[in-house]
Amino acid sequence: MAVDYKELKKGGFMRQKQKDCFSMRLKSVGGHFTAQQLGTVQQVAEQYGKGYVHLTSRQGIEIPYIRLQDIDEVKAALKRGGVEVGVCGPRVRTITACQGAATCPSGLIDTVKLAREFDRRYGGRELPHKFKFGFTGCHNNCLKAEENDLGVKGGVQPKWQAADCMYCGVCEAVCPEQAIRVDKQARSLAFDQAACVYCGKCIKSCPTDAWTGEHGFVISFGGLYGNRIAIGRHFLPIVFDEAKVYDIVDVTLKFFEENAKPSERFAHCLDRVGWDVFEKKVEEVL
Amino acid sequence: MSETKADAAIDITDVVCPITFVKVKVALEDLADGQTLAVHLNDGEPIENVPRSLKDEGHKVLSVDRQADGSYTLVVEKGGRA
Repeated sequence: MAVDYKELKKGGFMRQKQKDCFSMRLKSVGGHFTAQQLGTVQQVAEQYGKGYVHLTSRQGIEIPYIRLQDIDEVKAALKRGGVEVGVCGPRVRTITACQGAATCPSGLIDTVKLAREFDRRYGGRELPHKFKFGFTGCHNNCLKAEENDLGVKGGVQPKWQAADCMYCGVCEAVCPEQAIRVDKQARSLAFDQAACVYCGKCIKSCPTDAWTGEHGFVISFGGLYGNRIAIGRHFLPIVFDEAKVYDIVDVTLKFFEENAKPSERFAHCLDRVGWDVFEKKVEEVL
Repeated sequence: MSETKADAAIDITDVVCPITFVKVKVALEDLADGQTLAVHLNDGEPIENVPRSLKDEGHKVLSVDRQADGSYTLVVEKGGRA
């Protein structure tokens, strides 16, 4: 019987140079694996592979040198040990995330929880080409949101209350975008909202909590980091409502489905069809 | 220059993060609550991180002044936010 490599690839089996050998991709969401899952991975790598794993560039694990005849047995062994097989090909791919607000002092959004919810809603969905989601908790961008077809970054929109301010000047000093000007003598402060990148450094540094703010999601579109490199673009204001994020993702995936040619990445599709056309579609759901 | 007179002073322009904050913490240990420390620090990472760390540990920044050379002088009150 002929081997259906396409079907195997879809199920996370990456064909190796070596005859009838596959590097088996495991499912990863936000790069979290339990110790128990790692125990299963170890066992499978020792029994069916060559006793090692490869950590992928997108927080995944692959077990190389799985033989064609063992595939069903390996899948069953992984399943028993609580490990799922990953995906490849033209669909929603591994969803990546930093550790986010659950553990990181800088985190502004719960990236891991979001990654899981995105996986539940969109994981493995068939599309004209691969589509990558990534979540990063704050402006430090440890997870490189703009490398993704759709990236989500935690942000905070600062608000200033004159009554609580003592005009110490710390916010002006910490702002990476020079969006704040403090005049100590005149006891006045100017904030350029348009220059703000939602990093929240003013809020985190303010000694009197004169700066406060609401946390939200900063979304970028059309990132690529392969043959062609394109930085995901920002054209939306910060979004505060998580439900609104899903509306935006739904319209984005629909646009990709309806407009992309087979094997055309999202960035290429946007360049060809027009960013303005896409922006209008997204703005309709805001 | 409108600098607040501080009880002690420290220069952290010769070190990088995280030693910057470690040196500030050690200097604050020699002070009593309510006393002030003047910190001379560089632009970039030190000014972005040290004020936040001071706040996280319950100290209160009283003033930040940019110097002609682009560095900063910060005055902090020990335990001012406790």
